[in-house]
Amino acid sequence: MLQDKDRIFTNLYGDGDWGLKGAMARGDWDGTKDILAKGRDWIIKEIQDSGLRGRGGAGFPTGMKWSFMPKKSDGRPHYLVVNADESEPGTCKDREILRHDPHKLVEGCLIAGFAMGANAAYIYVRGEFYNEASHLELAVQQAYEAKLLGDDACGSGWKFDVYVHRGAGAYICGEETALIESLEGKKGQPRLKPPFPAGVGLYGCPTTVNNVESIAVAPTIIRRGAAWFAGIGRPKNSGTKLFCISGHVNKPCTVEEAMSIPLKELLEKHCGGVRGGWDNLLAVIPGGSSVPALPKSICDTVLMDFDALREVRSGLGTAAVIVMDKSTDIVKAIARLSRFYMHESCGQCTPCREGTGWLYRVMQRMVKGEADLAEIDMLEGVTRQIEGHTICALGDAAAWPVQGLIRHFRPEMEQRIREYKAAASSRAAAE
Amino acid sequence: MSGGKPTVEQPASFVFTPENLARAARIIAKYPPGRQASAVLPLLDLAQRQHDNWLPRAAMDHVAGLLDMAPIRVYEVATFYTMFNLAPVGKWFLQVCTTTPCWLRGSDAVMAACERKLGIKGRQDASFLHSADGKFTVREVECLGACANAPVIQVNDDFYEDLDGPLTEKLIDALAADKPPPKGSMRGRQGAMPEGGRTSLAPAGGGED
Repeated sequence: MLQDKDRIFTNLYGDGDWGLKGAMARGDWDGTKDILAKGRDWIIKEIQDSGLRGRGGAGFPTGMKWSFMPKKSDGRPHYLVVNADESEPGTCKDREILRHDPHKLVEGCLIAGFAMGANAAYIYVRGEFYNEASHLELAVQQAYEAKLLGDDACGSGWKFDVYVHRGAGAYICGEETALIESLEGKKGQPRLKPPFPAGVGLYGCPTTVNNVESIAVAPTIIRRGAAWFAGIGRPKNSGTKLFCISGHVNKPCTVEEAMSIPLKELLEKHCGGVRGGWDNLLAVIPGGSSVPALPKSICDTVLMDFDALREVRSGLGTAAVIVMDKSTDIVKAIARLSRFYMHESCGQCTPCREGTGWLYRVMQRMVKGEADLAEIDMLEGVTRQIEGHTICALGDAAAWPVQGLIRHFRPEMEQRIREYKAAASSRAAAE
Repeated sequence: MSGGKPTVEQPASFVFTPENLARAARIIAKYPPGRQASAVLPLLDLAQRQHDNWLPRAAMDHVAGLLDMAPIRVYEVATFYTMFNLAPVGKWFLQVCTTTPCWLRGSDAVMAACERKLGIKGRQDASFLHSADGKFTVREVECLGACANAPVIQVNDDFYEDLDGPLTEKLIDALAADKPPPKGSMRGRQGAMPEGGRTSLAPAGGGED
């Protein structure tokens, strides 16, 4: 499907030098000054026309997000903040950009920052990515030494600084306002919106927070033209995309493919297929742990893009594909995710703080079948009490995997409960 | 929540070395004037690195003083983020990922190998488990973000990937001998490329993959 000539991340596997020399040989930093000379509005229009949607999970149109920044400064500086706090279970794509192609991100920061009137970008890298952050730091240093960044970035007359900031272990800091709080030196607890970051963000200044991949693809889109990017994938789901495939495939990997590729083709072409063959497939979580799992019947035909996955009541999320074959205890797999959300809840909103722990405790009983049939509906009901009742989307993210489980695997849960009851009554009879 | 309990025996004082003080100044300069609190995470990290990979309360106070922050604000931060160790850890700090993508690929066997090899038990979510000689600390952690190379252990700053039970034992043996293997895949895989050969990015470039 996608050909190498249309791939953006040509050093995805670290074949070549990740430093400046290698990056320039791959076409990065080529004519950046001329791109900036076309002006803010032109750059934003080009990104809008390309159809690029945010790669961090929500899929909001990137160009439109940039356009929300004030056209003129009211005296407050503008900031670009890059979200490299990659922590959504299943997701490991930004890691490859940071360690193998960091200059794509650094150049993207300049172009995106310029387009939103920012003179500085902060890149917030998850703390565990120590080696990845080191590569990025060195890439930034190289860019300063080559005068690609600094007081006169690329000779454009635009002052632009890039700072790398390491987090310290907190999934919630991937939420944009929690990330801003963390960057300001506080606990990573999300802020109420409005005000939105474009009005009041970092240090109370207009701020745009973008995912690593969204920023890193921008220079290539502009060089090759919006029409090129928009021509890949289905309308409104355009472009190429990094997919990270984990779990029960023969060869897990990260790969750049065309948006809207059929899930089955993605797994068979790049991952050596499902372990034990396609018919051994049980379920797939198509977009990171926060989106509901899909049973095989849907996986047979579903396309990997924002709209197709939304139509089947799941989501593309971060395009982190978690594959489970028929050997999987699906209830346990989802219960483990419930534990993740319990651990990562910031504790600010009651429905999430209390609800995530409650979900995990009930899910642990569901794993054994130690429950009443009616509790399945109660569990579903409680997820509805969490969903939509919290400041940020972590509550929703905790609710959706459980909802997906109940929607598609209810018979499995019921059978387990019946078996547990039968075993309990035969134990009682034996005594 | 960060790791360990802050109830351990605390050193009486902590100050940055002159080298680290210079580093701290460079870090603080990344942020606008008056916004020095932004440097709290990197400075706590620096303090932890100076102090055998754990963060005593005196170090939090020292950082609070440097950044003109109320100590309680620094304590809040130090106890919120998981990477701050509030109690001593061994020379080799193994953080074993057991979230679903690693679990599907066999993190139970990895954890079992750690338990068997290091004689640790009583595993609980996120608690510190020490080997008898104190050289190793093992902790179960949430997703490390290397899922295409699952299962994964983070040893100090480095990721060891594509593990199973025997490879975990091999890793622990090497660490016990103070000879850590090269970081990355323990099966010799290149990055996150499909094992056994690429399906894209042909070396010659171009063409259908």
